[in-house]
This record gives sequence, C-alpha cells and structure tokens, in this order.
Amino acid sequence: MTEDRLPPTAPEKSAPLLPADSGRDRPLFAVAAILVFLACLAALGARGAWTVSDGWIADLSGRMTVQILPVDGRDAEADAAEAAALAEALPGVRRAAAGTRAEAEALLEPWLGGEGLPADLPVPLLVDIELDSGNPASAADLTAALDTAGIPARVDDHARWSEAVVRTARLARLMALGLLALIAGAAAAVIAFAARASLAARQSVVDALHLVGAQDGYIARLFERRFFVLGVRAGIAGAFFAFAIALLVTYGGPGQSEGFIPVWSFSLWDGAVLLLAPVLAGLIAALSARLAVANDLRARW
Amino acid sequence: MPSASPDTRPDDAFESVIRFDGVGMRYGRGPEVLQDITFDLPRGSFQFLTGPSGAGKTSLLKLIYLAQRPSRGLIWHFGRDSSKLHRRELPDVRRRIGMVFQDFRTLDHLSVFENVALPLRVAGRKRKEYADDVAELIHWVGLGDKMDAQPQTLSGGEQQRVAIARAVVGQPELLVADEPTGNVDPAMARRLLRLFTELNRLGTTVLIATHDITLVRALDVPIMSLADGRLNTGRRKASA
Repeated sequence: MTEDRLPPTAPEKSAPLLPADSGRDRPLFAVAAILVFLACLAALGARGAWTVSDGWIADLSGRMTVQILPVDGRDAEADAAEAAALAEALPGVRRAAAGTRAEAEALLEPWLGGEGLPADLPVPLLVDIELDSGNPASAADLTAALDTAGIPARVDDHARWSEAVVRTARLARLMALGLLALIAGAAAAVIAFAARASLAARQSVVDALHLVGAQDGYIARLFERRFFVLGVRAGIAGAFFAFAIALLVTYGGPGQSEGFIPVWSFSLWDGAVLLLAPVLAGLIAALSARLAVANDLRARW
Repeated sequence: MPSASPDTRPDDAFESVIRFDGVGMRYGRGPEVLQDITFDLPRGSFQFLTGPSGAGKTSLLKLIYLAQRPSRGLIWHFGRDSSKLHRRELPDVRRRIGMVFQDFRTLDHLSVFENVALPLRVAGRKRKEYADDVAELIHWVGLGDKMDAQPQTLSGGEQQRVAIARAVVGQPELLVADEPTGNVDPAMARRLLRLFTELNRLGTTVLIATHDITLVRALDVPIMSLADGRLNTGRRKASA
C-alpha cells in the first residue's frame, strides 16, 4: 500500500458526541411537554388564586356595614342618612352610602316576593361603608359615634366572614403553589430517570470518552446540554398549549364577575409565566440530568 | 535513596512509565486471572506482550489503562501509585496513554475524522488547531478518502487503522495496542509497525499485545509472555 497523497480536508463542523436517539427521546419529549403544560396551568391557577383571594380579602377587610334597627317612632331612612354622615366624618372612612327602604325591599324580594311589603313591616336599612385601606376606622369607633348620636344600629365589620375567607384564600394559594412544586418535582424526577436510562443506553460512548481522557464533568455536560435542549423544546410545546387554554378561558368564559366567582383574564404576569416556562423547563431538565449522570459516573472506579 | 511522597516511587519509578509490583487480579469472587505480576515498562522502551487466549493479556491491559483495579499488589503509572489516584485524576493519566483495542471501540455515530480527533476534542483543543494534523494522519493510515465515512461502513482493517490513528493522535507517552495488526494485510501490518517504531523513536513507550509471531520476529525487543496468569520475560532475536 502506498501512502495516500490526497490533500487533507477536514470536515467543517464537529458532530455531536452523543448520538441522537429520537426513538427514545420522543416519548420523553411528550411526557416533558405534558408536565410543562400542567405546570403552566398550575402557575396560571396560582396567579388566579392569588389575585382572587387578594380581592376577597380586600373586599371584606375594606368595608363595614351598619344595620339601622327599625324602632317605632323613628324615621329609619333619616337615621341611615345621619349614620352615613357620621361615618364619613370619622377618620379612616373613605365613603359611606345610606341605603333606602326601596333598596332594602329589593334585597328581601327573593325571600318575601315582589308584591310590595306592608308599610308598617319593620325593615332594617343598611349603610355601606368603604374604609381607608391604609388606616381603616374600627367598628368600635363607629359604634361609639352612633351610640353618642342615639342612632339604633348594629355595626358589622365582617370579622366572622373575613377570617374564614382569609384562611380559605391562604389554603388556595398554598395548594396552587404545592401543585406547581409537585409538577416541577415530577418533571425533574422523570428527566433524571430518562438521563440515567440515556447514560446506560450510551454506555459504549461513555466508555470511549473515558478511554480518551474525558472528565466526568465533560460527559455530564454533554447530557446536560442534550436535556436542556429537550427541556426547552418541551417547554415551548407545553407553554403553547397552556396559552391556547388560557385564551379559550379568557374569551370563551363568563364576561363578568358573579360575586365571589372569579373571572379569568389574561395578564402580563401570565404572559411572563408562559415565556419563562421553556427556560425553566430547560434549566430543570439540564440540572436533573447533570446531577443524575454525575452521580452515576461517581459510583464507578 | 532520596525520600519520596507516599504515592510515588523514587528514582527509577520515574524512568518506568508503568511498573507492576506483585499484582494479582480477580473478577468478583472468581479465581485470580493474574498472579504475582511484576514488571517495568521503562520510558522509551518497546515491548511485546504475548500469550495464548485466556492467558490474561486483556486483563493486564485493563489494569494499564485504568479500567480495573488490582486485587492485590501495586501499580505505578508514570511514577504515581494508582491505588491513590482520585477519580478526577484518572483522565489526566489516561490522556498520557494511547490505547488500541482488538474490538476497536470506535463510535459508530461519528465519522472517521471525528473518531480520530476525539482525544484532542475531549482535551479541549480547538478544531482549527488540530483539523489539518488529524486529516494528515488519516491520510497517512490510508483512509484519506474515507474521512467522512462512519466506522460501521469500513472493513475490519480500516476500523483498526481508525483506532490506531485515534490512539496516536495525541502523541501519548505510552501506546498500548491489543492485536493491532489482527485485521490488516501484511503490507499494512508492516506499515503500522513502522508507525509504532517511529513513535517509539520519538520517545513514546510502546507495548504491543499480539499473537502475530511474524510481528514479534520483526523487531529485536523484549517480550513478556503470559501463561495461566503468570508472566515470563525474555527476548527474541529478529529474523534475518
């Protein structure tokens, strides 16, 4: 054999050191995309729970209701108007609105019918008071002011309700965050398992790399990069489907709030969550793959 | 005798690229496949390792390239006690050893060029620094027209040449080859032997494990002979 005299020509680009394994990677991609989709929904749900519970707490803690008690010989509507004026004069009250008998009858209509109530039926009138959120007036101050003025009234600061609502809101937030953490943990565990399987499937490659002097960190980085890319791609797919669901809920759901029932609206925060999801998915995938592979390699020699 | 750190041998140890001292090795709880192996590979030497199948040649080579630990005895690699090497130190030692396996151990998803360049790439060298040298080496082993081919498309002899080129591309201090001419024709065998002797002339220590008596007779160098896990040393004159 004679020496080859052809001019040396090296290929332009380096090939990836880990062989592609689309047959194995496709199901993993699907699982990761589904997990990212669920994580996005959980994150959007957590944001929704946060906003709605904030609204609930603000609604209840920022208001008081004065009930004008019907007393024979007194003009309840005049008492309500005076109570509203007294309340507005107190520091820590932003606004007070006295209800009329007609409004009170409208509130009772579902129970007593709309036929018109007897004029002598005592109907308690309500005064709705909006408090200054920075320095709210207390129920005791208002009660004292009404007693001084001799107005027969009962003050309700919604303490009984707000305590339960705050507890429920906190629980809703914790559940949403817990769900998010669980899904992220599941994604990390799935990726770690897949990385170990991938390492085992590419044992001959790892052996060859060790043979030519590759550090464990070098090999772990190869898997880290591979799984980062897979995580980002799965993240884009999962976030896209979560975005589609969010749009469906935003434009296909009820148009306005029904009392305490929250109405979904897509916010900038939601957009940021969906944009960040692929990056976070990539980072979680890369980190869990790196740790899994590094642990496996450390167990050798 | 000057003092030495606990994991090194004084004086002559540094002249030995590899030193085995009373080494025994067994797999799991099986019988010893190597027993009381003691030898030196002096720096710059050229030696053959021969012996029938099952004599323990491959096990001995595994100890040399740090794929196994001995069950007993001590091994020094480049003057360092390998039992005291930390895992993270192994790659640096392995980079000083070029290894040619009987089963080639090339990576089928990489081209011939990428396989040969692998040690340089793993060592962090830039592609533009080594591309021409690697291409030239591939031409030299007669695979210039197959630079982009994948190993599974090559014949056994061609794959062996890829494995040899990969082992020598980083100019290792020690070249260990397991049956390097087992799959090539006599002309290529002579050419590969010329490559090994040339590397040896440039300072590389060479250990060739082979059954090929023609190859052994071609050079007047020390021969280590393994039989039933035990080592004999000797020298055979080159044929006329």
